[in-house]
Formats: sequence, C-alpha cells, structure tokens
Amino acid sequence: MKQTYRVSIGLEIHVQLKTRTKLFCGCATSFGVPPNTCVCPVCLGYPGAMPVMNREAVRLTLVSGLMLGCSINTYSTFDRKSYFYPDMPKNYQITQYDKPLCLDGIIDIPMTDGGRKPIRLIRIHLEEDVAKSMHESSWSGVDFNRAGTPLMEIVTHPDLTSADEAAAFLTALRHILLYIGVSACNLEEGNMRCDVNVSLRPPGQDALGTKVELKNMNTISGAHDALQYEIARQSEVLDAGGRIVQETRRWDVDSGVTIHMRSKEDAHDYRYFAEPDLLPIVTPPDQIDALRRSLPELPAVRRERLARQYGIPDYDASVLAADRALADFFEAVAQRCGTGKTASNWIMTDVLRLVAAHETPVTACALTPEALVELIGMVEARTINALTAKELLEEAFLSGGSPTEQVRARGLAQVSDSGALDGWVDAVVQANPKSVADWKAGKQAAAGFLIGQVMKLSKGKADPKVVGRLVGERLAQQNG
Amino acid sequence: MELESLTVRTAIDGLRKRQFSSVELTRAVLDAITARDGVIGAYLWVDEADALKQAASADAARAGGADALLLGVPLAIKDILNVEGQPCTCASKILAGYRAPYDATVIARLREAGAVFAGRTNLDEFAMGSTTENSAIQLTRNPAALDRVPGGSSGGSAAAVAGGMALAALGTDTGGSIRQPASFCGCVGLKPSYGRVSRYGLVAFASSLDQIGPMTQTVEDAALLLGVMAGRDPHDATTLDRAVPNYAAALGGDLKGLRLGLPKEYFVAGLDPEVAQRVQEAVESCRRCGAEIVEVSLPHTEYAVATYYILASAEASANLARFDGVRYGHRSAVAAGTPLEMYLNTRAEGFGREVKRRIILGTYVLSSGYYDAYYTHAQRVRTLIRRDFESAFMQCDALLTPVSPDPAYLIGATAEDPLKAYLIDIFTVTANLAGICGLSVPCGTTPAGLPVGLQVLAPAFDEGTLLRIGHVYEQVREVRS
Repeated sequence: MKQTYRVSIGLEIHVQLKTRTKLFCGCATSFGVPPNTCVCPVCLGYPGAMPVMNREAVRLTLVSGLMLGCSINTYSTFDRKSYFYPDMPKNYQITQYDKPLCLDGIIDIPMTDGGRKPIRLIRIHLEEDVAKSMHESSWSGVDFNRAGTPLMEIVTHPDLTSADEAAAFLTALRHILLYIGVSACNLEEGNMRCDVNVSLRPPGQDALGTKVELKNMNTISGAHDALQYEIARQSEVLDAGGRIVQETRRWDVDSGVTIHMRSKEDAHDYRYFAEPDLLPIVTPPDQIDALRRSLPELPAVRRERLARQYGIPDYDASVLAADRALADFFEAVAQRCGTGKTASNWIMTDVLRLVAAHETPVTACALTPEALVELIGMVEARTINALTAKELLEEAFLSGGSPTEQVRARGLAQVSDSGALDGWVDAVVQANPKSVADWKAGKQAAAGFLIGQVMKLSKGKADPKVVGRLVGERLAQQNG
Repeated sequence: MELESLTVRTAIDGLRKRQFSSVELTRAVLDAITARDGVIGAYLWVDEADALKQAASADAARAGGADALLLGVPLAIKDILNVEGQPCTCASKILAGYRAPYDATVIARLREAGAVFAGRTNLDEFAMGSTTENSAIQLTRNPAALDRVPGGSSGGSAAAVAGGMALAALGTDTGGSIRQPASFCGCVGLKPSYGRVSRYGLVAFASSLDQIGPMTQTVEDAALLLGVMAGRDPHDATTLDRAVPNYAAALGGDLKGLRLGLPKEYFVAGLDPEVAQRVQEAVESCRRCGAEIVEVSLPHTEYAVATYYILASAEASANLARFDGVRYGHRSAVAAGTPLEMYLNTRAEGFGREVKRRIILGTYVLSSGYYDAYYTHAQRVRTLIRRDFESAFMQCDALLTPVSPDPAYLIGATAEDPLKAYLIDIFTVTANLAGICGLSVPCGTTPAGLPVGLQVLAPAFDEGTLLRIGHVYEQVREVRS
C-alpha cells in the first residue's frame, strides 16, 4: 500500500575555518601545494609532539555560534575520539564530545509560500580535519597537508522534512558563513562537507523512524538528490511492508543511487575521553558579550537597515546587503557623499558593471570609496561630464589613484564658462549653414548635430548642458 | 681529571676554571661507558664521534667567551626524549629506525645552556614498568648489585649516574619512574610538579601524569638542572606560567620552622624492615636539623595503584595508537590486504607483552559500557587523592616517606606476577595522581649493600622546599647499613 510518510532529516555539516594556520600547530592551511609540504611533528602525529590551541579558530567558532543564535558554553573541553585509519596521524581525532563550544541555535530557511521556517541546531563544535588518502592502482598514499586543519561541525535537530528544505538549509547556512567570512564554504573543494540522517514514519506516529546515514555528498544539489533518492527508496521498502535497518549509505553520484556502506553493528566504539594535552576553553560572560558586540549584521537585518537609513529601493538594498564587502563599500560612499540614492545608483550600475567585466570583486579592485565620492562630487558640481566620469571610474577601478588628481593633471575639467564656449559655438554655426537651415526648416535634430560638433571641437571637455543652451540661443538669434 | 669525584656542580667549576675541557670531560665519560657498560647495560646508544663534536664546539664557544651554565657538561638522556638527529626507541622494537626530527623543549633548553648529549639510556618499553626488564632491547643491571634490577622505568639513567658513567641524566616519571630507580641505584631523582617542566618532545605514556626530571648525584645538581629545564613552554599548554626560582642558589640553611609529615598509610606492614629503618633514621636526621615531625593521614592511599593503572593505561591506549607503521618506525613485512591487517601485524610484532597488556587494559576501561565503572570512577578517586594531599599540606610543609617498599629486586623476581609488580609503585604513584613534586634522596643501604631512598613530597610548585629539605638532609646524612 502506498502512503505518504513524514520525513525527518538532520544534518551534520563540517566547515573548514578560514585560519592562517592549522588548529594545533603553526603549519599553513594552504591548498593545492605538493603533498606533505605543510606538515610538522604535531600534525604528522610524531612521537612526543603536542597540540596547542589556535585561538582564532575558537573565536571563529564562537562568532559563528553567536551569529546562529547559539548559547556559548563558558566551559568547553576537548576529547580524543579513537579509531584507526591511515589518514589519522595519531589514530585519534581531537574533537569535542560532551562540552562543545556552542549549544542550540536556529537558522531560518525560506519556504515556497514566502514564509520562513526555523531549523534548530543541536550544537557547534571544533575539531581537527584528517589527512587525505590517495589510491592508485598498486599503492596508496597519504597527504597530511590537510591534517589538523580546523573544522567546525554544525549538527541540526531532525527538523527538515524534505530534500528541498535540506538544500534550502545548506544554502542559507552557506550564505551566513560566507557573509561573516569564517569559511570559504566551497563544497567542491571540500571545505564544506555534509552528512545526512534521514528517517520516515507513517502519519500519526510520534516516534521517529529508523534512521539511515548518508555520506559522500559534495554539492548542495548532491545532498538534495541523494535525499530524494533515499526518501523514495525507504518509502518503497515501507510500502512493501519491509523494515528500514539502521545503516550508513554512500551516495554514488554517477549512478544516482545510495549504496550500503556499513551497518550499525560495525559502528566504532570511539572511546572518547578528555584530551589531557589541552586546557579547557573558558569564555566568561563578559568576553561573550564583547564578542556579541563585535558581530556583523546578518544580511536580512542589514537589507532592511540600508533601505530605511539611506532611502534606497528594496532591490538595491538586497543586492548590496548580500555581499558584505559591497555593502561596506556602499555605506562608506553614501556616508561621505551624503546621498544614498546617488551612491547606490553608481555602485549598482557602474561599479557592478566593472566588477562583472573585470571579474574582480570590490574587495580586490583598486577603487576606494574616497575615489568614488570624488567622482560623484565632480559630476554633481559639473566639473566633469558623465563620459569623462565613466573613464575615470574604470581607471580608478583598475589602477587606483585620485580622480581629482587625474582631472587636474590631464586638464579634463569640463568647460562650462560661456565665454570660452562662445567661440566654438560661433565657429560651428558658421561652418554648418546647412544644419542651421535645416533647423530653421523645423528639423530639431539639427541642433543635436551642432551640439555634437561643439563637443568634438572641445575634445569632450565642454559641458553639454551649457553648449545646448548656447546653441539654442544662437539659433534663436539667427531666426530673429 | 677524576670523573668519579665530579658532579655537575664541580664539572661546571672545572670547565670554567679551564681545569679540563669539555672534550676531556666527555672523553672520560665515554671511556667509563666503554669500561663498565658492557656489564651494566645502562646505555642503548652512544655516538662517540658526535658527542666529542658537541664537546669540541662547547670548548670553542668557551674560547670565544661564551659561559652558559652547562657549557660543555655531558648528560645522559632517557631514550624516550626526542633529541634532534638521534634515535628515540623508547626501548621498543616499534620505533626501530626512527630518528628524532626535532628537540624536546627540555633538550632545547639544555642545549641552549650548553649541555652535550652523550648518549641514550635504557628504560622499560615506553616507560611501562618498574624494573627496566620490560626493555625490548637489553637488560640493565644495578651497579650496586649486578644480579639485581636498577628499578624503572628510568633504570638506564639511574644506573648510568650511580655507575659513574654519567655526571647526570634525564628521566621521566609517570608513577615513580624517576624516584624508584634513583632509590634502587642510590642516586638523587626529582619528579617536578605537573606543569613545571614542558612535556613537548617526551614520547607520551600517560599525558596527565608524565613529567621529566633530573637524575643526579647530588640534590644541588638536581636544583641546577631543574632551573634550566623548568618554565612555561608555548608548545605545551599544560605548563604553567610561574616564575622559575634560582633553586640552586636558594639551597642551604637548616630545617628550622619546617613541619614534616609522616603519612601513616606509608609506614605499614609489608614495608621491608631494613627500608623502614633507613627511612626512620633519615626522619630523625631531619628532626635533628630543626624540623618538627608530625603524623598525617592520606586516607585514600590504598586506592592509588588501581586508580593509577586505570587512568595511565587509558591514556596510554590512545597515546600509543600512533605507532602503526604508516609514517615512521617498524612496519611489518608480512603482506597485508588492508590497512587493518597492516596495523595488526605491525603492532603485534612491534610491542612487547607489558605494553600490549596496558593498551588492552586501557582500551577496555574506556569501552562503552565499562567507561563509568572504571574511567569515570578512577577520575573521582584521583580527586580524592589530590584532596588527601591538600589537607595533609595544611598540617605540614612536606612529607617524608619511603620511595619503595623494598630495595632492588633480583632480576626476574617480579616478571611472573604483573599485579605484584604494579604494587611496587604504591608510594610513588600518588604524587603523579596529585600533580605534586617528589624527590628521592639516598638514605643509606641495607646490610646487603642495597641502596634505600627517602622520598620527600611537597605541594605543587614547591620544588624549592623539596630541594632545601633534600639538600640539608644530604649534608648531615650518616651513611650506614
């Protein structure tokens, strides 16, 4: 009998933290370098080597916890989790068992009906990554460069009820972590990895069904597809009157199915005990408060504030707020030039066009908020015209420098003094009697041609508005 | 130069006065090793050329005006401490071929102070044992009685110092492994407080109990070496940031104003009567030097050995997991189809019986279902033992006890009964469980000529008091038997 089951999904997400060095030693956390070049006695598990805590990794975990609404454990400890595997330098992993850094917490995910659903977190803890095994046909090798990289593990309650929700959760989490800058969150590069627990139960049953763990999904869509497959698989088993066995299954992306890896009976006894080489992490309430005060705004909160404070459209606010560096840039410009709308127009059109054209994010380009403020000021004061402004903006974007200096050095200031322009206007009117005749005959477009000729004669420095007025006056005189 | 008459202190003076060079001094040590160690078996590894090269560069440095405290003083190092470029076997087959790629922090500090690392001494495999008979490499004999063990696990270091083959040595103490062999061989052994000396570079046996300490001929030498070794180390998070006093300069005076406690649980039936008598005589000497003697109680003493073996084995089971043949040391030559088979073969071949016994014991007490009954329970008892000492030290400044219930055993005597062998540690494991400091000072010999040690225990980070008591006693000691 086919029926609709209630699905419960919980996630365990491992996020590689963006620290300069590894969790317990001074080795660089670099990727893509030759195997076993970022290693030392500590991260290789050499006899006698001891771990020392990376305070920055602790701080990033606490910041993440606070951003996700967790409570912080004022007394947090590390534990050894024992199991043998060639990618484990010490054959135990230093992780956190019963006193993680962060507890509880909530991430809201968007729903298709436009509402938002809160997903509860159980905990966030800090642990070390393992090395990377490489298997060739006749041999295997281990690259320890990754061993000891700080990992933050985020564990949710089984509050998610569909593959779509799980994907929405991962997307939302990724956005937040990217926004606060604690991780590069690149699933393909393995710096965000997720395991999934999924169980089904018939409607009306309170207790959760038997859970199955899924591993090896390395994209959000992979997690989505694996879940969709697994939910269908379990439904079929249950429909046929079968029972789900507790097991771990591996997502095979090529064939699009989940495959049995190991049963509950094979589960390790990890023999956790307190890591005697590390002291507990004690974070007194005043330190937690200080951290809380230093937190960046979440994108949703900032979007609302930008729209309200600077009077810019909601659309502009949401584009700016989605990228923390861009929003910071905008605020710096808006505060200096006094008008949010103008700042937003420049950034939304001209700056983002350059960002796209040069594939250079605003953090990596040479343009400073000060430079953009200067440009906007010169355009508003009609010192330069729009065309010159765009050229100068691109120069500042690529090479930096002060646009004001450029205008002065290269004599780019537009000419709006009618005395200086009169001569050019006279010359153009005299040189183009046919256009003047056309205008007299009622062809308005002829005035545009004459204005263009004046601009050309001025080498673009003439103020087009003033030129327009002067050409209009001269033609009117001709008419008289 | 008469090596026999030299201590670290007098060697420093002799080198400073250019009475002899480091090369001459080191040569004398190497000659003594050549002459005697074939019988004693204290050293596992000596590289004469390398030792003389270190000595020569110390002499050159001195000629250039350098005058670090230990410049040119040769030391023996227990073969469980990493010295860059030297082997570090832990007296185990599993570390065959391993060469240390780095200096332990204590080695780096001694090197900075000018010491010469002359050779590496024998121990019970991975420091697990009390007789040095668990060495997978060789037997070490007690220089005072060649048919007897030197104690352990730092038996090689004790035998080297007592046998005139080292001015001083480093040992490590997890449950008595410095103090007990010092007592068996008749030298001074100091176990510093937990957190006083960095463990970075000490191949861990039980991380919450291990400490490195000096083994010397005199208390003053122990004070000199501790002063160089002690202090906060950024590589060891469990070291404390406490000032390191000039221990050696503070020695002297008498014991007036000090109250010394005799824990009644340490003077019980089962204590060898000769040992009891030597210790009582030492207590009387201290009384004559002005100390007030009081009786105190450490009521949880009887649980200490069980607590120690649960906690130490639990930590060891994880600490020794890294010896798997993947990155260094022995790897089984037996063809293996899976990593697990490779581990099983390598570890079966590489570890000795006692090490395996403790890994199995430690794995068992940490297993789900047994964890609370053993590990959690033992942690609670450890707290009670620590409190025992806290309340005892409210009544006195330090404690005087025997180091070991017996003098040195005949070789082979304890081999058949591991449980009995564990009980040898009854008077020493408590200091490790409590994190306090302990000193073993020779207090005479039995009529058969076997050395006996007096143990002095003081509160954590009160090595100053410990050394002062040991030094005063050492000056008035009437060696009898």
